[in-house]
Amino acid sequence: MVALGANGGPAVHAQTPVNLVLESWRVEDAAIWEGTIIPAYQATHKDVTITYRPTNSSFYNAALGTELQGGTVGDVFACQPFDTSEAFYNQGYLPKINDMPELAHFSALARSGWTTRDGVNTYCMPVASVMEGFTYNKDAFDKLGLTPPNTRAEFFQVLDAIKKDGTYIPLAMGTYDGWTVGDRGLYSNGPNFWKGEEGRQALIGGTAKLTDPQFVDAMRFVAQWRPYLAADPEAIKYTDTQEMFPLGQAAIMPAGSWEISLFRQKAKFPMGVFMPPVANPGDQHYIDQQIDIAFTYNPKSANVDAARQFVDWLGTAEFATLYSNALPGFFTLGDYEVQVADPLAQEYLSWLKNAKPTLRLAEQYLSTGNPSLESDLFTLMPQVLNGTLAPEDAARMAQQDLDSWYQPPQR
Amino acid sequence: MLRVHCATSRFPLHIVVFIAPALVIYTVLMVYPIAATLAESLYRATGSGSGGQTAFAGIDNYLALVGARPWAVRFWGALEHNVAFFLIQFLVQNPLGLLLAVLLSRPGLRLGAAYRTILYVPAMLSIVIAGFVWQLMLNPLWGIVKASLDVLHIGGLFHPWLGLESSALIALALISTWQFLGMPMMLYLTSLIAIPSEIVDAARVDGASAWTTFWRIQFPLILPTVGIVAILTYTGSLNAFDLVFALQGPLAAPNYATDVLGTLFYRTYFGGMGTAADPAMGSTIAGMTFVIVLAGVLVYLIGWQRRATVYEL
Repeated sequence: MVALGANGGPAVHAQTPVNLVLESWRVEDAAIWEGTIIPAYQATHKDVTITYRPTNSSFYNAALGTELQGGTVGDVFACQPFDTSEAFYNQGYLPKINDMPELAHFSALARSGWTTRDGVNTYCMPVASVMEGFTYNKDAFDKLGLTPPNTRAEFFQVLDAIKKDGTYIPLAMGTYDGWTVGDRGLYSNGPNFWKGEEGRQALIGGTAKLTDPQFVDAMRFVAQWRPYLAADPEAIKYTDTQEMFPLGQAAIMPAGSWEISLFRQKAKFPMGVFMPPVANPGDQHYIDQQIDIAFTYNPKSANVDAARQFVDWLGTAEFATLYSNALPGFFTLGDYEVQVADPLAQEYLSWLKNAKPTLRLAEQYLSTGNPSLESDLFTLMPQVLNGTLAPEDAARMAQQDLDSWYQPPQR
Repeated sequence: MLRVHCATSRFPLHIVVFIAPALVIYTVLMVYPIAATLAESLYRATGSGSGGQTAFAGIDNYLALVGARPWAVRFWGALEHNVAFFLIQFLVQNPLGLLLAVLLSRPGLRLGAAYRTILYVPAMLSIVIAGFVWQLMLNPLWGIVKASLDVLHIGGLFHPWLGLESSALIALALISTWQFLGMPMMLYLTSLIAIPSEIVDAARVDGASAWTTFWRIQFPLILPTVGIVAILTYTGSLNAFDLVFALQGPLAAPNYATDVLGTLFYRTYFGGMGTAADPAMGSTIAGMTFVIVLAGVLVYLIGWQRRATVYEL
């Protein structure tokens, strides 16, 4: 670690102290950056001070765009994946960071959110991702003699057993917030049907349609959850489910790794996680790993060398270890083994040993037009789960909307 | 002779001085943004990505909004919801507000000030707060409505109203009605109090019942207030954005059943929730909303306010 830091901080800058301004949309992480990460960096870079300057996430992109145009942007700033950062790169505001040494730790998938469509130029250093699966109440499972399911048949056996017992609501899920059904239902469980990246790339490439069985079957699988939800799920919100599960009212919650800290604060029982179930024992598992945040530097910064070094350091195992432990559930995108202390976070990480990661189905390219696939899925999937729309019809409507504007890239 | 000469030759500077502050503030904060938005709606983005070049498009954006997929579906849907929202609010709020005002204006009413305050309090709450309170009361897991119905053994009457396509918009309009009931009540009360008591007394002496007095004497005198309430409800409901956005999200769930021009504008102009931002079309929606509000206000000014009989009391 010390060697890494020493390499990253050549003596050229030792005599001139510089202050870097770091911009991000993660207002809630200020204490982590200021208390843990920045001091760790300064331990090996005594000439650098860093000011963390976050902006509320809903205004971040608009603010960043204005700052980039007006030349008032910080030295280092966070990049959202895909289209917004791509637009900034195309306008010439972001640097090319292909030759940064630490970038070698990141796979093409990890870099895809911040790399040109031809896969050649990367402009932000990938930092963190989150994963989706199911979190369950271990006390409830022990009491009912259940084990976490691996196949879909086992999944429904477990749900039936919980429902029959009646102490717990089997699944903490509602349809009031449409995105939860699209995201925690379809994006999380679908990859096992459409074989992860294979199916997603086929949809982007135009060789597969949403009306193909692998997509319709995934929607039908989510529709089958209906009997296991609480009564009147139409008015149950995402935040309601975030209470139901840690309060012990529901046995299983289709949840994301970003909820670990929240559950740790509220739940009084031991928890476990299991992967979205597959069709047959021994089938390949696919995991929805959502690439979330990356950082880059302002190429016009007065402290461009120091800013560049700092961005490269964000790609090191040292940073990844600090970050993953400060924010359990946010995982590095690098290829190194990171030791995380939180057991639930460890369970999530262990999935990546055998399961293949993929991205949210509609996140890349398919949501740049109108109507976007993502807003379609977030509107149609709740109806599918409520039983008011057949999966076949939902798939047909979404594909129709996609066909109205989307042109698969010519290869 | 001298005075006339002065008046015609000297520029009335003091008028400019008096008008200038309001004119400047209004121009900078209201006229300029509206003009800039209307101008933006006449352009369309060319090339890919945001912040790129734009080209003059004339009224193409407006034609697309009212007549071409996918915009037209959302635009007419949102407008229909705005109209429904207005009608529900107007038809429920007016009779209730009037009734409460009549009750509060009765001479000899005890604790009148307390009732008036209590009924007006919701209007002073933030729309978002009022919305969340109702959302919590209507919640199927921990809401008081379902619990109360269960106690009365009529739990079967409960439905997740805010989450059903058939009832979500009505529920929102009623929440809004509840919150702003105090407004028409106060306006009606003020005009009822303004009616000289001699006229009402005279009617009573002539043997008119309370019912007749109200419909033949009081109601015609407060009729102009109905117009004011109508136009306030109209502009308010066309800008009904915060309640929908806070409770149903930017996608106006379920299945756009609560989509209004405000949420459509927000999604289009700012993007988010998987939709790319489209400032030109967003401005077009804002422009159309402006035109619709303007048309309604003109109808009110010309069709109602000039014709309504105002009695000198």
